[in-house]
Amino acid sequence: MASLIGSYSLGFGLFFSVFIIFFSVRNLRDTEILDKKIVSFTFSQFFFVVISFLGLIISFINSDFSNETVFNHSHTTKPLFYKISGTWGNHEGSLLLWLLVLTLFISIFLISSNKQPKRYRIFTLLFQQIIIIGFFIFLIKTSSPFNYIFPTPNEGLGLNPILQDPALAIHPPVLYLGYVGSSIIFSSALAAMVTSYVTKEWAKHIKKWVLASWVFLTLGILLGSIWAYYELGWGGFWFWDPVENVSLMPWFALTTLLHCILVLEKKKTLTSWAMILSIATFALSMSGTFLVRSGILNSVHTFANDPERGLFILIFLFTLIFLSIFIFIFFHSEKEKIENNFFWLSKETSILINNWFMMYFLSVVLIGTIYPIFLEVITTNKISVGPPFYNKLILPFLIPFLLAMAIGPNLNWIKSDLKDKFYMILFLIISFLLSALIIKQFNISFLINTILVSSAFFLFFSTVREFFVKKFKNLSQNIAHFGFSLLILSILFNSMFSNEVITNLKIGETFKTEKFTINFENIDQEDERNFKAIIGKFNVQYMNGSSDILNPELRIYNQPNIITSEADIKTNLLTDKFMTMNYVQNQEYFNVRYQVKPFMIWIWISVILISFGGFLSFFKKRYEI
Amino acid sequence: MKSKLFTLILVLTFLITFVIFFKGLKSSNIYTPNTILEKKIPSFELKSFENNSIIITEKIFKDNEYYFVNIWASWCIPCKEEHKFLMELKKNGKIKLIGFNYKDNFKNASSFLKDLGNPYDIVVSDKDGTRSIEWGAYGVPESFLVYQSKIIKRFIGPINNENLSEIQKIIK
Repeated sequence: MASLIGSYSLGFGLFFSVFIIFFSVRNLRDTEILDKKIVSFTFSQFFFVVISFLGLIISFINSDFSNETVFNHSHTTKPLFYKISGTWGNHEGSLLLWLLVLTLFISIFLISSNKQPKRYRIFTLLFQQIIIIGFFIFLIKTSSPFNYIFPTPNEGLGLNPILQDPALAIHPPVLYLGYVGSSIIFSSALAAMVTSYVTKEWAKHIKKWVLASWVFLTLGILLGSIWAYYELGWGGFWFWDPVENVSLMPWFALTTLLHCILVLEKKKTLTSWAMILSIATFALSMSGTFLVRSGILNSVHTFANDPERGLFILIFLFTLIFLSIFIFIFFHSEKEKIENNFFWLSKETSILINNWFMMYFLSVVLIGTIYPIFLEVITTNKISVGPPFYNKLILPFLIPFLLAMAIGPNLNWIKSDLKDKFYMILFLIISFLLSALIIKQFNISFLINTILVSSAFFLFFSTVREFFVKKFKNLSQNIAHFGFSLLILSILFNSMFSNEVITNLKIGETFKTEKFTINFENIDQEDERNFKAIIGKFNVQYMNGSSDILNPELRIYNQPNIITSEADIKTNLLTDKFMTMNYVQNQEYFNVRYQVKPFMIWIWISVILISFGGFLSFFKKRYEI
Repeated sequence: MKSKLFTLILVLTFLITFVIFFKGLKSSNIYTPNTILEKKIPSFELKSFENNSIIITEKIFKDNEYYFVNIWASWCIPCKEEHKFLMELKKNGKIKLIGFNYKDNFKNASSFLKDLGNPYDIVVSDKDGTRSIEWGAYGVPESFLVYQSKIIKRFIGPINNENLSEIQKIIK
């Protein structure tokens, strides 16, 4: 029943697009004010998508297995929380969520933009409708969440156990808020070009959307990363997996856009940058969807692969890209002269420099992700691009990037000089000495690591100083930049000083290293509602006398029948101790993996700080010096 | 002039990207098992389900006889549906059924056979599923019709009434 209502609501929702487009086009010519009907139609469309989404959620809660999506992804023994999160834990449901957010955002846009010119608002709505219609058709035609199966099965196939995790339950919605937010930026940028409204006012108005999308995208990526760390049991937080990369690319573009908008808001320059980046952010989000959903890439993200879906998104994506190129070339004109506008030592120059670096990082990730596809199509060679590629190409360029990031905010707009900048040299020397001292303790290559760490320290000290000098002025930017320096420091220390032991142990056996001994004491069994747990008890004793008890788990899920391994992680401010145990076929022993990972928690904290900075900036009236 | 050239290059780049992606879609690089028919059956060495004795290919498959290799598991719901057809097929008598018990545990699997009947002449246990993949299986259930040590027909998913009569026609 709920499915039926949901299914019809979708049709109604699509129907409203016709009305909206009709009245919008009519409204373009007459009167100066926006036709009230358009707003109500937009709301009605949103309403029907909400009904449809609720229909799917109710089907999931009631375990209505006559619905194919529910049958494929749910099971009666699942806890309620995961029944609900199962709604968007699959291809069909997650697309419905996309659509929900799309219609929600355009409704919010219409309310919040009432001070903007009418033509600009209508054009934004029109472009957004193109996207909405595309998603409606995609959903209804290739991936309907409301397919009916008869006879009704008694039991569903279950949600993949590795998706049954709190962080992952909210990861897709948060990420989509970021992705879809970029669609508003995209439509609005196209509309601004068509109506020649690429101005400071536009920048001020769209900045809120940029910030909101950016905060959500950042948090969404963080949640995915936390999930990978706690659930996948590989002991890492970023794997340069193609699907991770496709979320990182819009992030680079959006971060760059954010800084461009700040400049644009200050003085009317970098307009082409802002336009291209607005288009690129959304195009990259869409390409991400294409790459993930079409099965063109191999990845840990298990979506049902269907070339027909891939083809649809591909055509849709390139239609949007060509439309934007067309609009950019015919409507956008760069009026200001760049040569006169930039003094070499000024805030905007340093922003521009870092934009170029961001574009470089973006290209590295882009090439690493899609080059294998190109190569395979052209030469039928299969290659896989892994962490060494990214590390080699990105790490060295982080150094000037971090330096510019530390110096830039201390410069003035338009023109600056080097007076009173003595403290910077001091910071640089301190950072270098400090890093050299730390790196020397460890047996790793000295030069590159020292320079990397010291540039991160340099940013760290510079931002800390700003907290004292500028106090609450510009707090948001400062928190975000401080968070970034903390992030880079934590990642660097984490990768340099991590320790790992992999061994096979039977119950009662002990494994010794120079620094600690691992004692496998016993195992316990527990029966949970939808899985059986085998819990190992390990006692790790360190040379200094302290010890930890770690209880990694094996979970044997009943539906579907999958064994997952749950890491046990002891977290404190300085290090994480991470242990997983794996079942070995027909053997008495277990495969045990023990890792000591310094500063893990600081990676999460610093990303939260970064997004908190963005969040604060949301409440600020104007960007200050 | 400059901007025209720029436009042209931009459009061309995206067109090429489109074509590449389009082609990439068709040659999907997901792991695809070997599906060539009429190929010789892969040899295997597996533990028998009942008594853990080792069973090798050469011992089971004789020329001039039909075999129906069925990959199943007790946790697989469609397997229950197809089970009655397997029982039907067993009545025929001209064909030997060989069950590959896929990634299953002994207790569940034997109660499955106790409840629904055992259609198989031989059951081997493929605990880690690798032998089934060598046969080219996509998943459970899946079945292969074997004659003269060659796979002459494969059935992806549960077999139905139609498949059953088709098989009976072939082995007649």
